[in-house]
Amino acid sequence: MSATATSPSKTPERIAHKGLLEVRELTTRFKLSQGWVRAVEKVSFSLEPGESLGLAGESGCGKTTAALSILKLLPENGRIVSGEILFDGKNLAKRTEYGMSKIRWKEISMIFQGAMNALNPVTETGKQIAEPIILHEGVSQKEALKRTRDLFELVGINPKRVMDFPHQLSGGMRQRAMIAMALACNPKLVIGDEPTTALDVMVQAQILDLIERLRRELDLSFILISHDLSVMAETCDKGVIMYAGEVVESGTVAQLFNDPRHPYTRQLIKAFPNIHERREMVSSIQGDPPNLLDPPPGCGFSPRCNVKTGACTDDPETVEVEPGHFVRCHLVKAGVI
Amino acid sequence: MATETKTPAGTAPAAGEGAPERHHHGRVGPDELARAEVKDGVLFDVRGLEVFFPIHETFFRSMVQKEKRYVRAVDHISFCVKQGEILALVGESGCGKTTTGRTMLRLEEATGGEILYKGLPMRSFTGRALREYRKKAQIIFQDPYNSINPKQTIFDIVAEPLEVNGVTSSEHEKEERVVKAISQAGLRPAQEYLYRYPHELSGGQRQRVCIAGATVLEPDMIVADEPVASLDVSIRNDILKLMVEQKDTLGVTYLFITHDLSLAWVISDRIAVMYLGRIVEIGHTEEVVANPQHPYTKALISVIPVPDPLAKREHVILEGETPNPVDIPSGCRFHPRCPMRIDACREIDPPDVHIGGDHYAACIRLK
Repeated sequence: MSATATSPSKTPERIAHKGLLEVRELTTRFKLSQGWVRAVEKVSFSLEPGESLGLAGESGCGKTTAALSILKLLPENGRIVSGEILFDGKNLAKRTEYGMSKIRWKEISMIFQGAMNALNPVTETGKQIAEPIILHEGVSQKEALKRTRDLFELVGINPKRVMDFPHQLSGGMRQRAMIAMALACNPKLVIGDEPTTALDVMVQAQILDLIERLRRELDLSFILISHDLSVMAETCDKGVIMYAGEVVESGTVAQLFNDPRHPYTRQLIKAFPNIHERREMVSSIQGDPPNLLDPPPGCGFSPRCNVKTGACTDDPETVEVEPGHFVRCHLVKAGVI
Repeated sequence: MATETKTPAGTAPAAGEGAPERHHHGRVGPDELARAEVKDGVLFDVRGLEVFFPIHETFFRSMVQKEKRYVRAVDHISFCVKQGEILALVGESGCGKTTTGRTMLRLEEATGGEILYKGLPMRSFTGRALREYRKKAQIIFQDPYNSINPKQTIFDIVAEPLEVNGVTSSEHEKEERVVKAISQAGLRPAQEYLYRYPHELSGGQRQRVCIAGATVLEPDMIVADEPVASLDVSIRNDILKLMVEQKDTLGVTYLFITHDLSLAWVISDRIAVMYLGRIVEIGHTEEVVANPQHPYTKALISVIPVPDPLAKREHVILEGETPNPVDIPSGCRFHPRCPMRIDACREIDPPDVHIGGDHYAACIRLK
């Protein structure tokens, strides 16, 4: 909440920050009739240009809300309560709706969850992809459609199918079309919200491979939102593990998977089977995630934690256990784990 | 399409030669079904099963076209389900795994081949025998949010199969069985859950209610169709554990239908990998995963993500997508996408090749 609000003057000053995107203590809440839901609480992370970051956690942990906050696409009852979203020298948290419309798609775009429903079923796929190009770059529809054909080629769909309706494309092709749409205006940052969740394993592998290739070729920064830690392990450079709206651990994927410190990260990783290792029953985490209308005091994970102590009802501090590896747990701070 | 030389993959030694003995050329009576015993540990013997769905064509097309077209959902598959095992049917969407499961429950009618349940041909179950059979085979659906009635209490949901089938003679017995099934499904103490409604339960608990509803009749087999696909990771493992527990303690046989080979690997005894209506590989789980023979199985295993960023394995990513099950490619149906195809693959429909033990794979390059 520093006083760096961009004034409505012609040349807003650049705010100095880390990397391409830096999210500082972002807090987002939803208003319900019963009160305010703590969806995202003091979430901080940063992203270098060309880097890929995974945002992982179970459903309801706030990962999608964090991403929607970055683009300010929250539903009407959602509000960014505090914190800064610093992107390329601008604080997006303070931007007006008009200011955001210049950023969306042109600089930050998103691949939405469920390609089946994200495309308009009664408009030709190509026209939907051409729309942001026409809007942001003021080119003619003919020119935009020509560029759409190139985008189709880039993502591996036959350009002849540019005038197909979404139902004429297969699930994998629709997801590719969504990726083409996200790349339409050459953004710097692409956010993928569960881009492969509803897809078959083989199609998932194709799409992840495509994203990886495009990221290299176009030097994109990428945020992958996924509940699947295995996918994050294979595709991202860095990872952020969220639980009950808070970041519990973050670091490089090597740090997170080979030296997990937070009890939640440890238990969550064990819940994923590794087909190349010895076969054993995967474990689960007892209990249910907390009700975020009335979150438990202190560490949000403590009610389900298998190593909790009396201190866990106080707010834990985030400690840097290794350069770049942050953990939010009392026991880690005390040096127990 | 079907090759005559096809050996029934993974069938028991007794099957294969002259199996449909005895006297059921006509109907099977309900008493005969109730008395039937499992022979050689084989609960179901599926032989050359075909399930085709006719395509409704436009009038013009139906006049012009000579041949009637079908969606060949399941195209001549043979396997057996042994009593007390978890058999996983693994494959991508549209491979026919769900249709196979539904046909085994008689929710779909086979258009060819046959399924023997305890040696009795399932096709001949009608009327009362079919009702008797329905008690023996149950199903758990994918989505526990939509597959149970939100207006019924947990007690009513679990008691309904007993009422429909008129199994219990007294209210007391009914309650006893419901309580037993609920606590076996891991909702303990069961009394606390009896008069709650589904909306008061979490997704995992609802799936347990579905499992209790399936086990209350003490069936021989439960078809679990993607039972954990809509659950969170931290919860889904409990449901998988419950399935293993019920297999061990109650002797329930599970047909576990899933698209996720790693989940099948965790809990199943045997795996059958399906592609476009055929079983391409079947065998003991550890054997199939550690030593896959069919190129499709190899590719599938290679692309499964694992929670280890240092494991740099080579991904065999297949090009394109599964063809539609109407125009099935000639020869080996996998050949257009196979990284190891040879010319002969275009012509020869591969028979099952015995790899060793219970392990079979359908690829001509294995001979």
